[in-house]
Amino acid sequence: MTNTTQAKTGLSRRSLLKTGAAAVGLAAGSGAITGFPTIWAQSNITLRQFGTGVSNLNAIADKCKADLGITLEMTATDSDAAAQRAVTQPDSYDIADIEYWICKKVFPTGVLQPMDVSKLKYYDELVPLFKTGKLTPDSVIAQGTAPHTVGFVEAQDSKVFAKTPTNWFTMVPTIYNADTLGIRPDLVGRDITTWADIMDPAFKGKTAILNIPSIGIMDAAMIMEAMGNIKYADKGNMTKEEIDKTIDFLIKAKQGGQFRAFWKSFDESVNLMASGEVVIQSMWSPAVAAVRSKGIACRFQPLKEGYRSWGGGLGLAAHLSGAQLDAAYEYINWYTSGWVGGYLNRQGYYSANMVSAKKFMTEDEWGYWIEGKPAKGDIKAPDGTVMEKAGALRDGGSFEERMGHVACWNSVMDEDRYMVKRWNEFIAA
Amino acid sequence: MTVALERPAIAAAKPARRRRFSLGAVTPYLQSAPLALILGAFLLLPIIMIVVVSFWDYDFAAMYPDFLTTNYSDVLGSWVTWKTYLNTIKFAAIVWALTLFIGFWVAYFLAFHIRTTAMQMVLFLVCTVPFLTSNIIRMISWIPVLGRNGLINTTLVHLGIVPKPIEWLLYSEFAVVLAMVHLYTLFMVTPIFNTLMRIDRSLVEAAHDAGASGWQVLWNVIIPLAKPGMAIGTIFVVTLVMADFSTVQVMSGGQSASVALMMKNQMSLLQYPAAAANAVVLLVLVLLMVAGILRIVDIRKEL
Repeated sequence: MTNTTQAKTGLSRRSLLKTGAAAVGLAAGSGAITGFPTIWAQSNITLRQFGTGVSNLNAIADKCKADLGITLEMTATDSDAAAQRAVTQPDSYDIADIEYWICKKVFPTGVLQPMDVSKLKYYDELVPLFKTGKLTPDSVIAQGTAPHTVGFVEAQDSKVFAKTPTNWFTMVPTIYNADTLGIRPDLVGRDITTWADIMDPAFKGKTAILNIPSIGIMDAAMIMEAMGNIKYADKGNMTKEEIDKTIDFLIKAKQGGQFRAFWKSFDESVNLMASGEVVIQSMWSPAVAAVRSKGIACRFQPLKEGYRSWGGGLGLAAHLSGAQLDAAYEYINWYTSGWVGGYLNRQGYYSANMVSAKKFMTEDEWGYWIEGKPAKGDIKAPDGTVMEKAGALRDGGSFEERMGHVACWNSVMDEDRYMVKRWNEFIAA
Repeated sequence: MTVALERPAIAAAKPARRRRFSLGAVTPYLQSAPLALILGAFLLLPIIMIVVVSFWDYDFAAMYPDFLTTNYSDVLGSWVTWKTYLNTIKFAAIVWALTLFIGFWVAYFLAFHIRTTAMQMVLFLVCTVPFLTSNIIRMISWIPVLGRNGLINTTLVHLGIVPKPIEWLLYSEFAVVLAMVHLYTLFMVTPIFNTLMRIDRSLVEAAHDAGASGWQVLWNVIIPLAKPGMAIGTIFVVTLVMADFSTVQVMSGGQSASVALMMKNQMSLLQYPAAAANAVVLLVLVLLMVAGILRIVDIRKEL
């Protein structure tokens, strides 16, 4: 069943990232990581990891084999299938690479075991966003399933999420980003500053939103709030009335012809934008890069209400013990030790350990991707093709500016089933 | 199908009885076993499973064996379902009418206006050339043609026929119907062509001799004799359209719904029991439609 439902989104994202992954393995990995006590080659340890495809990168498996001697077997699925597999086939994996909202569903079922923080070498270097919910001490905690709310449990055998950091970590954060609207600056003809702009009558028939209910509803919530139609108590956990109001609004907009299309896969969003069918739409960061790589102007437009963010991490299967558990810790410590972080940062995502990732990036790369400085030289993709020319600036600016303005996280609502039902009505309306 | 199976079985049984009883009794079963096994394993069993699962309970993670009718009451009690079914039937009706009209005239031209059999075969093969590429590719290739900056719109705007691009060409119901007609017309052409070729030409001559006009020949001789072919083509087209999801999703830009698309959405959310209930409802509906067609036209006459 898992196989039949593999979403195009996950796979296509992955295939995009995969391009030239091997090249980076050689180039960036030349300064080999040292200081790992164990080489697992002799014992032939294999870890089976499954996840949502975004971070299931072959380059990581290759590098892991070279550095640790641990063979990583990776399986990519879409997020719904990942949630299902995590719960129903707990013996089929050793490492779960899942998003935090999936963790909220999965962890209470007891198929994952929490990690002992004292065994995590780089725990102290992890971005505080994943521990306290605040990027900087004075940041506002975003709505939705913020990672820190499902990041800890009270004790090793507990299934209840702790309110404050404890010694038991549910998942080690690995990859995250802030999403916003993508625009065609050459075709919109004016400044785009707010989520509400997608409903501007001037763009009638030229907008799109994504048709993945759990993410689409968040984009819709950002739009609704920006328009002043509603003020959610928590848009990550709407009440039935709030869901009704949001969906009714979407249906009205759809029947008024505001949308050109609803996309489900990464490629669809790229094509809609590149062909000019759509000038403003929900988008993912690598899709914006893909449109740009065709020589078409496309911006990942920062908006005043903030970003919709998502994040994923690695969790340990409950059945792990002994040498396998040690290997899993070893793998996780390696994951956060910098090479992977640098690799993810160069893809336009963010690493949870910025301190170590910095050591694996050039000064110019660090400046462009993380500090929001103009690129001094050409910024290259992992396969060596030029992604951005010298002088380019990252949309939205620095890491602090982008991740510091997260308005909500992808989430799972208590009224999830009702929301999906209403969302289907919106699509059918 | 049962008729076809029994006939050789009886024939085989008779001489066998004279020789040895045991082999003769087993032979018909052996002969029908391969097909029965294949149909049982790959058609009957899955359908039974779908029916069983449609009564189960589920949450985000798993399905629980149970006997609940909520899946059916959810399906039948929601206005979305009714609207989606109506929409799908509407597509089926429009596409059916168009493919029947186009398909009949293509077949008629091939059967009656092309003199040599060789040429008929050549032209018929030409009709099938698009089938050398996949369904999906033939469908997606409409997008650059119909798009806002596509071939048609660019041409019309350059010729000054329209001031700005026509929006409803792509991501609309028009686009869905166009793509479906393009994809499915051949399923109409083939069976109709087949029946038209079997029509005894002396019947047409006799009608002419009896003073019938060209239209009268068409209406009173050819169309009645072509009905079985039309019925078979209708079954093909109707079942294909009723079960379609990719054309509807791609050509309407996700804005239009079809029953199969609704099922696909449910499956991608792992709501298998709900999708199964939907599948059962759709299966019953399509079987009723096919039964209706078979009542009107006796297709066995041709087979």
